[in-house]
Amino acid sequence: MKTGTSLLAPGHRGCAGCCDALAGRFLLDALGKDCIVVSPTGCLEVFTTPYPESSWGVPWIHSLFENAAAVASGVEAALKALGRKNNTKVVSIGGDGATLDIGLQAISGAFERGHDLTYVCVDNEAYMNTGVQRSSATPLYANTTTSPSGRESRGNPLHKKNMPAIMAAHGSPYVATASVSYAPDLMKKIKRAAEIEGPTYVHIHAPCCTGWGFDSSKTIEVGRLAVETAMWPMYEMENGEVTKVRKIKDRKPVEEYLKVQKRFKHLFTKDGAREEVKKIQELADWNAKHFGLE
Amino acid sequence: MKNKMTVVEGSYAVAHSVKVCKPNVISAYPITPQTHIVEDLSQFVADGEIDCEYMNVESEFSAISALIGASAVGARTYSSTTSQGLALMHEALFNASGMRLPIVMTVVNRALSAPINIWNDQQDSISQRDTGWIQLYAEDVQESADMTPQIFKLAEDKDVLLPAMSCMDGFILSHVYEPVILLEQDLTDEFLPQFEPEFILDPANPMSFGAFADPTTYTEFRYRQEEAMGVALKKIETLANEFNDIYGRYYGGLVDGYMLDDAEIVVMAMGSVIGTVKDTIDMLRKDGVSVGLLKVRSFRPFPVDAVRKALKNAKIIITLDKNISVGKNEGALCTEVKACLHNTKMRIPVIGFMLGHGGRDIPMGTIVNIVDKAKAAMKTDSFIESGFADLREDL
Amino acid sequence: MTLVIKTAVKPGSTIVNKTGAWRSFKPIFDNELCSKCGICAMYCPEGVVYKLESGYYEPDYDFCKGCGICANECPKKAIKMVLEEK
Ligand SMILES: Cc1ncc(C[n+]2csc(CCOP(=O)(O)OP(=O)(O)O)c2C)c(N)n1
Ligand code: SF4
Ligand code: SF4
Ligand code: SF4
Ligand SMILES: [Mg+2]
Repeated sequence: MKTGTSLLAPGHRGCAGCCDALAGRFLLDALGKDCIVVSPTGCLEVFTTPYPESSWGVPWIHSLFENAAAVASGVEAALKALGRKNNTKVVSIGGDGATLDIGLQAISGAFERGHDLTYVCVDNEAYMNTGVQRSSATPLYANTTTSPSGRESRGNPLHKKNMPAIMAAHGSPYVATASVSYAPDLMKKIKRAAEIEGPTYVHIHAPCCTGWGFDSSKTIEVGRLAVETAMWPMYEMENGEVTKVRKIKDRKPVEEYLKVQKRFKHLFTKDGAREEVKKIQELADWNAKHFGLE
Repeated sequence: MKNKMTVVEGSYAVAHSVKVCKPNVISAYPITPQTHIVEDLSQFVADGEIDCEYMNVESEFSAISALIGASAVGARTYSSTTSQGLALMHEALFNASGMRLPIVMTVVNRALSAPINIWNDQQDSISQRDTGWIQLYAEDVQESADMTPQIFKLAEDKDVLLPAMSCMDGFILSHVYEPVILLEQDLTDEFLPQFEPEFILDPANPMSFGAFADPTTYTEFRYRQEEAMGVALKKIETLANEFNDIYGRYYGGLVDGYMLDDAEIVVMAMGSVIGTVKDTIDMLRKDGVSVGLLKVRSFRPFPVDAVRKALKNAKIIITLDKNISVGKNEGALCTEVKACLHNTKMRIPVIGFMLGHGGRDIPMGTIVNIVDKAKAAMKTDSFIESGFADLREDL
Repeated sequence: MTLVIKTAVKPGSTIVNKTGAWRSFKPIFDNELCSKCGICAMYCPEGVVYKLESGYYEPDYDFCKGCGICANECPKKAIKMVLEEK
């Protein structure tokens, strides 16, 4: 058994240790062959399809940065119109920028129209493809190239947008958060989302070694720390209600997560930013309490 | 009962044509003066007269995006928009043509904001000139109705595969009630074949669409689009004839002449103004003025050879433009005509007149004045720079 | 026909691009220590750690970029990253 066993072929140009590559592969492992995938512009799209090559072993289309959900809804409508829908799953997989920012309207429209599709966000918490600029998924105080820390700045001054809540508010029958560091759980959620009729949403936390500043070998480890500190709560929502959460045994302090990433380095210098770290800890505490993680 | 005339609104005639072309997916967003087309189509869907997925999307951007997805799946796709809506689609228009998806759209021409204005000119579609879409302009309601199956067939042709706009002037054509022949289903079935693209999004043959092209291949993508436009140029003529064979109506292929052969002064125009120009020519001819018309039906691809050939006897050319390239004081047709004459031995002065912006009426008097100016220029052997033909003196 | 093939490309065709050349560290698997859990295969971003008939695992060095995830995640510390000899 060598190359050609995964539906996402190797040879792609993702960085060594790439989170998006993992998410893409888990997606296809979960879905199998009978699906059509739509990708907006972003790392995963660019590094898997340098013309005339493609890593995708399933039918795949990239149109623009901000329209993946609309394209996917057209794919679904056309399959129906042509009598070819059958069991074919229509899935869109895009970055946090494509999802939380520029593509939000198209996603809202597609969910409101109730198409039978699954939208998957691979959240690496910044615009990686264009060089680590801030998105509305960038967490509080993270350093990015457009929210740099400096004499007058502690990095990104804004909170991460709560996208799963927005999708749940659209009346989606199934919304889940997942992490590339918990592959079996992630694939189970993707399968679930794809099987449920109607527009469903899975938000995958994806630590990017290049953008966040950690060694390529630590992608999975960093993602695990996000979950173990309650910085990234893992839950499922059905028809707007949280129905399942992943419990944390011995919750770790957020420092353990923050310290391993260069994007938070400015919080740990000699005259360290205790207030900021405290605030981040409060966010984790809120997550733990709100979702009943402990 | 063939060739039965019915009095209907222009929008209805076009919506009816769309219906008999049997699109699989329609996706649109309402905007004046396109609304009646999508309302009529919605009613056809509601009454079960048309078997398609009708998508009520949340914007024109999503309308065109959804059709990109649908067309890649192999569906016949249709939308209609105008003005702000077309401008909002801009980025996706390039994408559709670059991916060679033969989406068909009726553009109900309207002015662009600011100032906001809902009436007719052709700034909207002209501004999308370089997006890689075919653009045909109709003269009257019947031609708009008849253009619809022609443009589907053209766009979906295996050797063309380009998205296409069928342009009709807002209100002037979309909202006018006229006796027209509504396209017959049986004739349309005979004229328009199924859309059968070679590659589609299909799990049985999982191809990838929309890959990332670097400097080693990008140019060839553009070149192939240009090549396809060249094919379209020939097919537009053939299709007009095929249409004539089946339905018995003909409006010219790429261009059409009226009183052209012996005309010293040739007026060139696109769209509904043609009717007024023809009436004016009839009148002027009675006074012995040697004037004729060259109607441009296809703006993209631009029929360079056909235009050159049609102008070979002209002494002076007038172009009428319902659009302006601000900063050049000239409309697009004027620029194109000048450019296509340049690399020839033909030395014919071209006078560009811009008129009819934001719905300003174009009475015969305006055309008469224009022709008078051309006559004077011809007499004195002088040139006139292009400019507006219908500016108010009091503003 | 050639017109169309220009816009649609073949599935899985990146395999012509052997990314093994990117590697500066190479994962070496020690079957003595391996418990055959499969975690290395699961988390390889290239998806190129394969199960052998023996039940042990082996990376395809044609594509392995040497990220070190497999070594970092192996619960038995059965994978070592060694400097690539070029
Ligand atoms: C309309 C438009 N604006 C900006 C861009 C440039 N752009 C391409 S990808 C990208 C960022 C992608 O970020 P994200 O969606 O988070 O995906 P990632 O690359 O991080 O995985 C940007 C800003 C674009 N392609 N189109
Ligand atoms: S920047 Fe991050 S997401 Fe993009 S290819 Fe590199 S590791 Fe993957
Ligand atoms: S992760 Fe380690 S123990 Fe598990 S199969 Fe791989 S090499 Fe063996
Ligand atoms: S080093 Fe990285 S790329 Fe190589 S086999 Fe291990 S996980 Fe895969
Ligand atoms: Mg991102």
